[in-house]
This record gives sequence, structure tokens and C-alpha cells, in this order.
Amino acid sequence: MGIVKTAKLVYEYLKHDEEGNVEAVNRAIDGVDIDIEEGQFIAVLGHNGSGKSTFAKHINALIVPTEGTMWVDGLKTDEEQNTIKVRQTAGMVFQNPDNQIIGTIVEEDVGFGPENLGVPTQEIWERVNKSLESVHMTEYRHHSPNKLSGGQKQRVAIAGVIAMHPKCIVLDEPTAMLDPNGRKEVIKAVHELNKKEKITVILITHYMDEVIDADKVYVMDEGKVVMEGTPREIFSQVDKMKDLRLDVPQATEIAYELRKSGINIRADILSIDELVNEVCQLK
Amino acid sequence: MSIKVENVNYIYGIGSGFEKQALKDVNLTINDGEFIGLIGHTGSGKSTLTQHLNGLVKATSGAIYYNGQNIYDEKYNMRELRSKVGLVFQYPEHQLFEETVFKDVCFGPSNLGLSKDEIEERAYQALKNVGLDKTFYEQSPFELSGGQKRRVAIAGVLAMKPDVLILDEPTAGLDPRGRDEILDQIALLHKTEHITIILVSHSMEDVAKYVGRIIVMNRGEVLFDDIPKKVFKNYKKLEEVGLAAPQSTYIMNALKERGLDVDTDAMTVEEAATSIIKALKENGGAGDD
Amino acid sequence: MIRDITLGQYYPANSVLHRLDPRVKLVGTLIFLITLFLGNNIIMYAIATLFLAIVIKISKVPFKFMVKGLKAIVLLLMISVVFNLFLTPGDILVKIGILKITKQGLKIAIFMAVRLAYLIVGSSIMTLTTTPNDLTDGMEKGLSPLKYIKVPVHEISMMMSIALRFIPILIEETDKIMKAQIARGADFETGGMVKKIKAMVPLLVPLFISAFRRANDLAMAMEARCYTGGEGRTKMKPLKYEKRDHIAYLILLLYTGTMIGLKIVL
Repeated sequence: MGIVKTAKLVYEYLKHDEEGNVEAVNRAIDGVDIDIEEGQFIAVLGHNGSGKSTFAKHINALIVPTEGTMWVDGLKTDEEQNTIKVRQTAGMVFQNPDNQIIGTIVEEDVGFGPENLGVPTQEIWERVNKSLESVHMTEYRHHSPNKLSGGQKQRVAIAGVIAMHPKCIVLDEPTAMLDPNGRKEVIKAVHELNKKEKITVILITHYMDEVIDADKVYVMDEGKVVMEGTPREIFSQVDKMKDLRLDVPQATEIAYELRKSGINIRADILSIDELVNEVCQLK
Repeated sequence: MSIKVENVNYIYGIGSGFEKQALKDVNLTINDGEFIGLIGHTGSGKSTLTQHLNGLVKATSGAIYYNGQNIYDEKYNMRELRSKVGLVFQYPEHQLFEETVFKDVCFGPSNLGLSKDEIEERAYQALKNVGLDKTFYEQSPFELSGGQKRRVAIAGVLAMKPDVLILDEPTAGLDPRGRDEILDQIALLHKTEHITIILVSHSMEDVAKYVGRIIVMNRGEVLFDDIPKKVFKNYKKLEEVGLAAPQSTYIMNALKERGLDVDTDAMTVEEAATSIIKALKENGGAGDD
Repeated sequence: MIRDITLGQYYPANSVLHRLDPRVKLVGTLIFLITLFLGNNIIMYAIATLFLAIVIKISKVPFKFMVKGLKAIVLLLMISVVFNLFLTPGDILVKIGILKITKQGLKIAIFMAVRLAYLIVGSSIMTLTTTPNDLTDGMEKGLSPLKYIKVPVHEISMMMSIALRFIPILIEETDKIMKAQIARGADFETGGMVKKIKAMVPLLVPLFISAFRRANDLAMAMEARCYTGGEGRTKMKPLKYEKRDHIAYLILLLYTGTMIGLKIVL
């Protein structure tokens, strides 16, 4: 069993009308079966409302399944005695950088998680130092979070999760509110964690360029996993991606246009360099 | 009809010890009917500049002329300026407050002292122009999806019937399709309603497809102000200031370096593909296999 | 005006005052405030001024920054001065029509102004040199005996700390929504009371919605980081008295003694 595994996961929520009567039952997650290997970099794509955020919250036991099961490191998330252990094992970073920083000083925020876990003072400091180092935010440790850029705030949030020594980190659209520079910073930091610390990363996003280096991509739509595979396998299906309200990198799309015009070029091109090399071989 | 920005400087926090110059000697002319992309990263001064254009922020020095009149003249009607230069803030859905979508859109025009009929007429027109379905008009704006809320908020400004519409990152937080839909809608507005559009963004890809002119801001100064193709020629300089040209620009330049005679001005996927095909055909290599 | 409030803001600097235990600073502020209202003669105010001046000096917080906090209460200050100045009976100094300034009035007015100003500056020093977290930690620890009578001390201090963190964010947000509504022709300035209150609706509704959304997000983020209340929590920065704290208490004792002594003697 992988670090995160689901079996026939279903999540439903009730929609109430003005009198509080149940108006409709909405199925946000509809029969998801996945198994994520430890140490991998996983991306979950999907348009707004596809169920990907709801799925992310299950991994952190912020939501428990209506039907089916979710295991995090072998622990069932719907058993109450597992909740804390699950949250410590699979840490979570959210979309809005302002609404997840609790401390008024960077280092105090990073210490918040370990404090909650009852880690001894001396060790909290060691963890905070190391976590800040790992996202390159040490020089800002005494700053107020309000004075940081969006990318820096998100890196602080990541450090706050790392300080809890998780095996897995779930990032729910961590870059949606950032500018291009902030996005790069955050994605770079996440990749480093995955490579150096061997932390499993589950990145939820709708920016295609952040997905290219993932080990595996899941695409969600209407609460279901509709595509899964390597980035190459996923992005080569340009039409399908567009149908799912998503996008592909420009290089991939150009290759796709070239193929449509009868030019014999690989469909699974992801980067600028690949495209340039392939095109040059044709000349 | 135009907006003229002359030697505008803006310094904030004067006397607090945290003084910062947000705009440095900015000079611009925005002509009637233009579709402009205003680009720069966070803190480049682009948002500050837009707030100057409708008088929300007053320049520390310099002048702004709207249709030839100095907006800093004592007798100048600032409220009328604000209705003529509509500003849609980032995440505009955060300003929605009324019980229904329709009422919310009526808020702007009702502040202009119009008749009830005129207000409602404008609200209808604005909602139609942002492509929101009639079934939503009587719903609470808070129950809509993110993309729909944003349309309502844009309609709220459109209902003031502005001659110039400034949109501060109208696609932030939307998914790729949502982004394209909003941008297409704005392009349509520009075409059918002849509104001057200023689109603030930090994505060159988004902007390249739509605008006729790009203004690049960096550290409070105007770095480039030209048609997109000419701006992207400076892609190395753009990178130095933390921005980037569209991927196509890089692809085309790399191909050119490798000896394929492509048009390095191609900005969009379609243009790039067409140019590559043409270059390959001329080379005689492709199409045969 | 809302931006001028320095109360509750932290000014990062490396001073002895910053490093002092928050409990010392809390007690110190309390003592200072009491002596201000105890004081009724020049000598006591001179000592209080000296004390305040020394504390400001060693805090390494720019004086300008503290005075900024006074701007927010200028109106209150003026009203109190005017009332005391003209409405205190006693020996008349100046008479302008029916208005008369008395010797006693002048004295009370000056004392009142000084008191209010010192009160604000004095408490600003505490918040400027203490991180909100330290401050709430200090309160939590200082008030911990109340736990035994079922007062949720930890929860209260956590709430305060979060409130302090979100004040600047909400101020910024208010500013943004206000601008957005002005761009839609809203008018927050002209008109009578009723109109002004009505004009606040487009500002307050979005602000409340945003505050609730943030609260919701934050609660989730705290849960995700294993927060379950005060039980079983450890501290990254546990409060422990150092030598400097004992010295500070000694100085405070000296100050209090002097002030009480002067009060009795004079």
C-alpha cells in the first residue's frame, strides 16, 4: 500500500434551501481509486469545481469520506484516533497565503505545528531552523508575515508543515494567488523537498507548466479521475485536455498544431528545447 | 478623447520613515479605442498607476489630463471621471454586497443620479455584455461560481458606462478555460462597445493574444511602451526584470538560431505553427514524410 | 486615521526592552498607568516623564513612530483639554466673553493632556517592543491561575493573538473595498448621518464576508496543523525569567516606591 491510497472514495454534501431543508445532494468526489507511492511527485489537475480541492482535504482528514476509504500511511482517515497522526503524516498547504499563517513572526508560525504536537522546546527550535533553511527563508525568520511577498508567505507555510516532519505534503493550489516569480519560488522549493528530503508531494494546480516535472499526473473532472499518467502521456492529448477546461504548455500545443498540418512530429513534446530539437531534425 | 499622463511621480508614506517611490516620472498617452496590456510584476507600480487614472490616488507631482482637462484642477468633477474611467479591481467579486446580482449591478449607475429606468436599462445591458445568463439575475451573487461572480463584478463597473475600462488582473485564480472566457468577453466588449481597455496582467501569454499595445512597468517606471511584437524583441531585458515573453518567442528565436528561417515575431500558438510550417516547406524537408 | 493607530503594532528591533519577559512589560505598563493617575504635581510628572523618556530611548523605537499613535487621539485630547480649561471653577486668569480660564483649569487641562498622551505612548511601547505572541503568552501565563475557575485562558489569548495578526490585513482590505466602491461611484463622505450610515453597507457587507471567509480558512489551516486547543501543547518560546527581568522588576519597584513616597510627602 502506498502512502496515500483510496478505495471507491465518495464524498457527498447536502445543499440546503432557505428554510434549511435538504434541496439536493451534491457528489463532489465520485468513486476515486488511487494509490500514491511514497517519494513521488504527484500533480492533480482539474478545473475549478472538479473536486480536486475536496480530494486534497480528505488526505488531511479535514473531510472524511461519505463512502469508501482513504488511507494515509496505512491509517484510515475516518477513524478519530488517527486524525492527528494523519495530519502530521500528510501536511497541507492552502491557496491563500494570508489565511494560513497563524504566527505574527515567521519563526513562531513555523513552530506552531510542533507546539501542537507537544514537541519539546529544544527540538522545536531545531526543527524550525531546519525547516526555514530548507525553503531558504532563514533570513526572514524575525519578520512579520505581513511584510513578505506572496511567494515568501507560501514558503513559510511550507516550512510550517515541514516542521511537523510529514512524509507527505499536500499543496492545494499554492500558487493560484501568486505572480509568476512567486510561483517559480514555490514550485522550486517543493521540488527541492521532494528530491532532497524524499517527501511525497501532491500538488493540486491548474497551471500546466508546474506539472511538467511531476512523476505522475491525475486529471479530475466532476469528482472522478478521468486521466492518469506521466505528464507526457497526459499533455499529448491536447483535445481531451481542452475539453476538460484545461490547457497544455505552448510548446506542446505548437507541436499539436504542426501534427494537424501533417508534419510528422512527436505528440508528447513538453518543453521548448524538445520542440526546437524535434523541429530541427525535420529540416 | 484620451488620457494623458505627464511627469507623474507618486511617493507614499511621506514622513513615516518608510517612504517609497511607487511611480517615477511616468509619461503616457492613452488614445480612444485602444486595447492596452499593462504588464509588470508585483510592486512594479502598475496597480498604482491604474488608480491614478481614475483619480483614486493623487500624484505627488505631475498632471493627468482626461480629454484635455487637468483632473487635478480644483473644479474638476472627480466623480464624473470615475464613471468615465471604470476600474475593476483584482478579485472584484470581493466587493459584491447586494441580495441579488441585478441589484448589485445597479449600484454603480444608481450613484450617478439617473432615473430608475435608465439604471435598470444599464444594468441589463452590462450583464448582457459580460455574457451572464438571465437565470442568474435574481440569484444571490454569493451563490455563483468564481467565474460568474467575476462577471457580475465587471458588469457592476460596466453599468457606469465608462469610456475607458481598466481591469486589474481579471483572470487571477480562474482555471484556463475561465481565463480564456473572460478575456474573450473583454475583447468582444472592446470590439462591439468601442470601449478603451487597459488590461493589467503579469502574463505575457494572456496579453499577447489580445492587445495592440503593451506597456511594461518596472520599479515605478515605464520600461517599454510599444506594439507587442516590438516589446517581445526585448525578451532578454524582460527576463532581467523578472518578466518573460510568451513561450513562442523563445521557440522562434531558438529555431532561428539553429538556422531555420522562421518569423521571430510570432507570439501565439497559431502564428508560431504557421511560421514553422512555412519555414519547413521552404527548406524542403517537411511534408514529404 | 485608522492607519495611525500604533497600538497593537510591533516594531522589530534589538533592544533590552524587546528581550524583556512580557510579564515584566505588562506589569510595568500597568504600574506606569497607575502612577500617571496617582500623580498630581509637577515633580511626579517630571519623574514619570524621565522614566518614559529613558524607556523610549532604550527601546530603540523611533520617537516619531510613537508620536504617530497620538494622532489618532488628537480629537479626544483636544476635547478633554477644552472642557477642563474652560469649565473648571477657580481663580480666573483670562476672561474672553463668557469663557474664562482659571488657574486650576489650566493645571488640570495640562495634566489631563499629559496623562492621556503618556497613557497612549506608554502602552504603545509595550506593544511596539513585544510581539503579539509574546504578549498573549505573557497574559496567558500571568492569568493562568484563572484556569482553575474555568476561565479559558489559552483560548482567549489565542483569539487575541489571531486578532492582532489580522488587524493589518483587514485594514488593508477595508481600504481596498472602499476604493473599489468609490470606483463604482460610492460616496462615503458627504451627506447626513443616515446617508453616511447607509453608505457603509457596500463596505461592511463585503468586509464581513471576507472576515468570515478568512476565519473559516484559518480554522481549517490550524486544524491541519494539528491544533486541538491548549491541552498538551508545548512552547517554542517558554517564558522564563532571566537576570534582566529581575533587574527590571527592581527598577519598577524603585519607581513605584518613589512615586508613592512623593504622593505621601507632597
